[in-house]
Amino acid sequence: MTTLTFEDFPPGRFGTFGPRHVTRDEILSFAAEFDPQPMHLDEEAAKLSLLKGLSASGWHLCSIMMRMMVDGFVGRTASLGSPGVNEVRWLAPLRPGDDLLLDVDVMEARVSRSRPETGIVMFRSMVRNAAGQALCEMVSPIIVGRRGDAGAGQGG
Amino acid sequence: MNFFEDIEVGQRRELGSFTFTAEAIKKFAAQFDPQRFHLDEEEGRKSLFGGLAASGWHVGSVCMKLLVADARRLAKEAAARGERLAVWGPSPGFRELRWIKPVLAGDTIRFASVVEQMRTSDSRPQWGIVQIRNTGINQRGELAFSVLGTGFVPRRAAGP
Repeated sequence: MTTLTFEDFPPGRFGTFGPRHVTRDEILSFAAEFDPQPMHLDEEAAKLSLLKGLSASGWHLCSIMMRMMVDGFVGRTASLGSPGVNEVRWLAPLRPGDDLLLDVDVMEARVSRSRPETGIVMFRSMVRNAAGQALCEMVSPIIVGRRGDAGAGQGG
Repeated sequence: MNFFEDIEVGQRRELGSFTFTAEAIKKFAAQFDPQRFHLDEEEGRKSLFGGLAASGWHVGSVCMKLLVADARRLAKEAAARGERLAVWGPSPGFRELRWIKPVLAGDTIRFASVVEQMRTSDSRPQWGIVQIRNTGINQRGELAFSVLGTGFVPRRAAGP
């Protein structure tokens, strides 16, 4: 399988990934370890919460989005990691049994000034459930290696 | 948890620390971020990270874990004083998440939170909106992690 490099990420729609089924058990298990708030752990307490029913931790949803990106393309990309996330917006709760699709766009791609053998690709990822409801939007860069010896000899 | 009226810009909470073992790093990565530098020591050494590195989402999730534990401590203290409990609303998101230094196997990260901004909501007068900067500092005193989270905080005047 060919490895995706910086040149494979021109601005525009990159792809749609999934579906990823999310079970009640994994929602409870993540919440118990990382986000043990009643609305993520307890059906009755969750009904009384503003989210009106059991929902996954927002950090769980972000982590699932990461996994969908790794399975979808990052796993076969010359990825060198990411410096951070510009913005995450949690728009609607992730419910047990939801099937997720992830739409990924490239917002911007530029060659790194400090490491010209790499580029910085800015992604916008939007995850939605089977009903088409948007659950979370994420804007985040990934550092990606350039093809062959692009940028070599320019320092870095 | 505090009500909006109990919070001030600049207020700081120490959230406690967490040691990222190789085992925990690999377990989280296998589930959510199976990139080679999060799964294998040798691959980590060859990467920009210079060692087996925790997924950034693992670091963020641990920060959340410590935030929830701190909120529980505050709730317990409030209950002991016989005070009414403030229940925060669901967060609409965060901005400016920075993975500044890699978190490597064996690193201990000390987390803290500082209130950066607060305002009332015109459309929802029973809620205030608070921006909180959560940071993580490693055992060498280096800032490794930072994120600006948003919270909906109930106002004291809103209830009985």
